[in-house]
Amino acid sequence: MSATLAQTGLPSRKLEAWKYTDLRPLAALAPAAAPEIADIAALAADLPSFPGPRLVFVNGRRAASLSVPAPAGVITDLATGGDFAPFAPAPLAALNARLAQDGAAIHVPEGLDAGTLALVHLTIAEDAAPVFVHPRHRIALAAGATLTLVEYAGGRGVYWQNPVIEIMLAPGATLRHVRIQAEDRESFHTATIFVDLLAGARYDAFTLGLGARLARSECHARLGGAGAIAHLAAVQLLRGAQHGDITTVVAHDAPGCASRQTVKSVVDGRAHAVFQGRIEVARAAQKTDGYQMSQALLLSPDAEIDCKPELEIFADDVKCSHGATIGALDPEQLFYLRARGIPEAAARAMLVRAFLIDAIEAVSEAGARALLERAIDDWWEGAR
Amino acid sequence: MLEIRGLAASIDGKPILKGIDLVVPTGEVHAIMGPNGSGKSTLSYILAGREGYDVTGGEVRLDGVDLLTLAPEERAVAGLFLAFQYPVELPGVGNANFLRTALNATRRARGESELDAVQFLKLARAALRDLAMADDMLKRNVNVGFSGGEKKRNEVLQMAILKPKFAILDETDSGLDIDALKIVAGGVNTLRGPGFSALVITHYQRLLDHIVPDRVHVLAGGRILRSGGPELARALEESGYAALGLEAVGEDVAAIGAS
Ligand SMILES: Nc1ncnc2c1ncn2[C@@H]1O[C@H](COP(=O)(O)OP(=O)(O)OP(=O)(O)O)[C@@H](O)[C@H]1O
Ligand SMILES: [Mg+2]
Repeated sequence: MSATLAQTGLPSRKLEAWKYTDLRPLAALAPAAAPEIADIAALAADLPSFPGPRLVFVNGRRAASLSVPAPAGVITDLATGGDFAPFAPAPLAALNARLAQDGAAIHVPEGLDAGTLALVHLTIAEDAAPVFVHPRHRIALAAGATLTLVEYAGGRGVYWQNPVIEIMLAPGATLRHVRIQAEDRESFHTATIFVDLLAGARYDAFTLGLGARLARSECHARLGGAGAIAHLAAVQLLRGAQHGDITTVVAHDAPGCASRQTVKSVVDGRAHAVFQGRIEVARAAQKTDGYQMSQALLLSPDAEIDCKPELEIFADDVKCSHGATIGALDPEQLFYLRARGIPEAAARAMLVRAFLIDAIEAVSEAGARALLERAIDDWWEGAR
Repeated sequence: MLEIRGLAASIDGKPILKGIDLVVPTGEVHAIMGPNGSGKSTLSYILAGREGYDVTGGEVRLDGVDLLTLAPEERAVAGLFLAFQYPVELPGVGNANFLRTALNATRRARGESELDAVQFLKLARAALRDLAMADDMLKRNVNVGFSGGEKKRNEVLQMAILKPKFAILDETDSGLDIDALKIVAGGVNTLRGPGFSALVITHYQRLLDHIVPDRVHVLAGGRILRSGGPELARALEESGYAALGLEAVGEDVAAIGAS
């Protein structure tokens, strides 16, 4: 089966976009069929505590009994495979297209503020491992519609979660997308997200990567209408031998659009963080405002980060900037906290929190923010 | 009681402290004065447990407990407090959160119950009032954008909240305006009593007008060269270290004493 997987297109490191992330440990797995979970109700304890409507998928299948209906007017349906024409090459998305399973189709009608909707993925692979899951979600916001989508991925055991999310934002639509990846530390998580923004649309994404043995979050945003705005923010906390990859590509195809890619990586142990950020500005995209920043905090001498910014600019009247910082905890700050009686581990946690605070505070939705805070607290608990 | 016996320490092989003997009995406040670069802050940092120093000899005990083998946080919860000469800025760490975490760590170590946010705020507001500090100091990030004097007051606020049994104030008076000096001195004086002692490091007599020390020690060139009563500080203020022959011992510190 691993040979089959490789043939069906697991990208190798020879591909420029996969230079820093090696999928061979994934290729070595032979998938088993995802088991049906007999006692779905018992999984309620695994759900993130998050109020309001939610769509829950267990091992790639919709779990209606764990779900809470979406607000009136919002259509949530099953999406399956079929026509798929990504606007950017993405080998794992192509693989997903061939193997696609259930997914959510979410549609918010014109002008509706649909509030908050959670999209939860649980993968339970304790009995039959490894389980491969290839969900495909489609999210479409009609003109002027607004939605906050809180995505959560978790599970138990050895599995590969390979979701693809296609997002269409009509003129003036706003999607706030909070993603929490808290997969089992033995698992693999690779997500590919395509966002198409029309004039004046806005996409505000925040991704938190905590789990998985190997994770990649790859987001392609295309600003196709004047005045569209995309903010792709991400935080990844890695320890042990974890590998976390944040890849973002923003294509400015229309004039007067703004984009921000901001990534913070906290890397401990022998973990390896990757950030690849690319801004493409087409000839027509005058008055583009592009910004990209990667900040990394390395907590141990064996921690690593690879950071690859790329700017490809064909318009002449643009403002694009990028930057990267790599640092360690400041020993003076650590001593100051400890001199006040705060134990070293707690002092380190406080300083890491301080490093992340502006990124987390940018998530304005209270429920999503609380969920983020809790996930980070759990991460610290696990670190001890 | 703090007992320092024969304490010698160097930085990168260069001796800074060359055998300090100093005993501060419980309930007393002692002042340390001395020329720039004489080792006063080095002594403070070594007592508090900062890294980067080689202790080459001697010992330090606080109420019989060997301090030098303890981690900084263990010293703090054992009752030691250092008001830093240069307080450290902590962007992203709220002052209230910092103070409450520190207080609860201390209370936990003493076997006392932790304070919740409401109980803490009540206590902190009272401490702020005593030091004539605005409530919004709690909302700001620790020392970030604080003026020099505000930073020093924030150190004294931490001391008031943590209630140590031994405090070292390293030039807490520098940068304070005249009113603030009195307020800060008042903060120290309220703690004075049978369960509290302190080392007050200062360059100026004016602080010692408000915090009247039991003893004054002159530290120069890494040694205590003279000890006396409060009148020693006044004599130094009048004539300086050189006139009293206290600026240097040995060639390595002569340069420092002269600078
Ligand atoms: N990290 C360091 N590396 C090298 N030398 C140092 C270091 N820290 C202190 N020193 C030196 O040790 C000596 C004592 O410094 P210290 O800060 O203790 O002086 P001080 O008495 O507190 O002076 P001041 O009155 O100016 O505050 C000085 O010569 C100083 O340059
Ligand atoms: Mg000093």
